[in-house]
Amino acid sequence: MSHDHDHDHPGDESGPPSDHEVLSRAMQELLEERGVITAEQVRARMEQFDKDFPARGARVIAHAWVDPEFKQRLLADGKAACAEFGIDLEADRLIAVENTPEVHNVVVCTLCSCYPRALLGMPPTWYKSENYRKRVVRDPRAVLKEFGTVLPENVTVRVHDSNADMRYVVVPMRPRQTEGWNEERLARILTRDALVGVTIPLI
Amino acid sequence: MTLPSAYAPAPERRFNPGDRVRVKASYPPGHRRTPWYIRGKVGVIERVCGAFPNPEELAYGFSGEPKRVLYRVRFSMRDVWPDYQGAEHDLIEVEIYEHWLDAA
Repeated sequence: MSHDHDHDHPGDESGPPSDHEVLSRAMQELLEERGVITAEQVRARMEQFDKDFPARGARVIAHAWVDPEFKQRLLADGKAACAEFGIDLEADRLIAVENTPEVHNVVVCTLCSCYPRALLGMPPTWYKSENYRKRVVRDPRAVLKEFGTVLPENVTVRVHDSNADMRYVVVPMRPRQTEGWNEERLARILTRDALVGVTIPLI
Repeated sequence: MTLPSAYAPAPERRFNPGDRVRVKASYPPGHRRTPWYIRGKVGVIERVCGAFPNPEELAYGFSGEPKRVLYRVRFSMRDVWPDYQGAEHDLIEVEIYEHWLDAA
């Protein structure tokens, strides 16, 4: 499936549920009534999804930190590099963007909430909120500051609107103090928010 | 070995990285994946993403054929938002299908 845009906005506190959300909820209730599925199965599946996926993005980026050749392959072709890890991305394409002393990357989907779910799990509520989607393209430095990320004026902020067929992951800068750390330990500081680009890894 | 995927070729295309383009200032109804805030703005092709089924057709249950070339277009924040308060060199990059772009 080449398209995985979800047009539901369950994270928006600002208004009634969308038609798709209502439809999805109605379908679930019908299936439950008929005994096809149970609410417990749905809950458990979401929990499982969360359990399985978030760590995967961190593992990929931690490997990129310790293996420069892998990092180059990841930057050249994110999907192929993830496939080396046995991660089959749901989207057709993954673009990995690297933070440097000169450039800080941050990802948004202004149209809905496109997100690299197979790498990072379910998108957090703030990612889907109108507030984030509207403001990060308009005033990214203010939004980043709200996440505790204050960037010097000389750093270029590069916002990526994930509005069509690409998905994005940020390769943060590796903190100096992590020299000698193994991948498992590095993965622990590679939080979801750092891979979306709203924070930088902290020790 | 997986086939390279990030740069799926789109040999038949109008633009190349570095080309200046203007997003059409067009407001048709229906499912469009060109954000409103970027319509009418001038940017530079950052990369060619490849050819993809046209989402404007897919959304209504059609095949999406013929495929359309998708580009990433880089814009200066100051060009998109004349009153932008951040640094002059800040950027925004948006995915735009070829039929939404004109040479600029």
